[in-house]
Amino acid sequence: MRKVTLVQVGIVTGLVLLLEALCLAGVIDKITMPPPHRIVVDFVRLMIAGKLWPEIGKSMGNVLIAFVIAYVLGILIGTVLHGYKGVRDTLDPLFATYYAIPVFAFYPLFIVMFGLGDGPQVLIGILLGVVAVIVTTLNGLDRVPQVLRKTARIARLTPLQTALRVTLPFCAPYLLSAAKLALAYAFIGVIGSEFIMAKNGMGYEIGYAYTNFDNATMYPLILLILLFSIVMNGVLTRWEKLLLARRGMA
Amino acid sequence: MSGEVRRWRNAVVLVAALVVLWEVAYLIIGDVALRSPWQTLRFTAKLVQTDLFWEHATTTLRAFGVALAIAVGLGLAIGFALGLDRLAGDAMEPMLVALYSIPKITLYPILLLAFGLGMSAKVAFGAIHGIIPVALFTLAAVRGIKPILLKTGRVLKLDSAAMVRSILFPAAVPEIFTGLRVGFSLTLIGTVLGEMFAAQHGLGYLLMNAMSLYNIDVIMSVTFLLVVFAAGVNAVLLAIDRRLHFR
Repeated sequence: MRKVTLVQVGIVTGLVLLLEALCLAGVIDKITMPPPHRIVVDFVRLMIAGKLWPEIGKSMGNVLIAFVIAYVLGILIGTVLHGYKGVRDTLDPLFATYYAIPVFAFYPLFIVMFGLGDGPQVLIGILLGVVAVIVTTLNGLDRVPQVLRKTARIARLTPLQTALRVTLPFCAPYLLSAAKLALAYAFIGVIGSEFIMAKNGMGYEIGYAYTNFDNATMYPLILLILLFSIVMNGVLTRWEKLLLARRGMA
Repeated sequence: MSGEVRRWRNAVVLVAALVVLWEVAYLIIGDVALRSPWQTLRFTAKLVQTDLFWEHATTTLRAFGVALAIAVGLGLAIGFALGLDRLAGDAMEPMLVALYSIPKITLYPILLLAFGLGMSAKVAFGAIHGIIPVALFTLAAVRGIKPILLKTGRVLKLDSAAMVRSILFPAAVPEIFTGLRVGFSLTLIGTVLGEMFAAQHGLGYLLMNAMSLYNIDVIMSVTFLLVVFAAGVNAVLLAIDRRLHFR
């Protein structure tokens, strides 16, 4: 194993053991946080009981929908926008300021408009993610070498063909970064909205467990979300590294 | 046309377009869920004259200020420490990136349990949003410093404090500032979100309260003010950022 990996494993193990020790010693009391081994036991029990699977499925489904729409829409807008420099320059300040805007503040408006259902939650996830995808796509397209564009012109490719066969494949590493961002934002949007106001879903269940001091449900659910997002992020990062390595860029 | 003029023109066009879009949305959707730009402006003017509003606004600003100070302080410290130590940096950077990508909103109940309902939970929530980007940008900035500058410092036998103060910091400032700008936005969002989930004061609470009372005027005005504040400060920071990078 590489030295860096060893250090990483060491840090994580150390932190978990430290938490375990602090919990068992009573420095962190049981109402605040059960010891890590307890959380794992509860996690397994919760998964086997299966009562929460519908909630998990519902939230994950919404995350997936928000992710796919934000991703496809973002790449589409980014690709089209790349051809119109004036429009892009005008929108630039919006992109630069966008993530300073509390998008969640619009959630109440969406609820009023679309009702308290999946729509507003997915919409928040899309709104959070789409701009990151647009900006990353534009960034990648800026780096396409002129010679590739010329080759595409010589081969008389239509703009659509150029995008699908030349420029976007070239941007693949950027598109993977964009996927990571879109996924993270889809999670934040959907789970966050469920926290604020919802009738069901993982965020709602976590909030419900919190108000009932039901740590045996709350911590495993949080763990599940964290594990899922870290694993997905790891997989996409791996893939990105592979692509870059193949091009001799990493 | 100079860059400065073009930027102003773009900003004006953008704002005008957004206002038109808003008005059109209002005309389509109507009074059920929206207010027109003009109505929002008028209600906002009334709202900012009430004491109640300023009570909430100062609570938010205070929590935000503390959270930002913590995020910047800790973020810079972590960034410098990891940037200077190759192994620690290599090991921690991917972990920070992974942490950055987790939906921090899910951690909120844990923070509430740990800190209790009130100011400190809000501050902690705001701070955890800001620390990692500040740390990551600082880390990258410190790593990107030309080795010759570091060698010069070593030749001059600077101790680590002097090294940070007179070589690392000045050389890394443009990148670090970008990190601070991102950290600012995220900390603000974190603080307001914290208030939305559980608080009895602050603009986030005002928003949540208006939501349950179906008070569209208040929702629109508070959202509007938050956006204007965030966008305004960000525009200033962006201008400084650009100047720093231009050097």
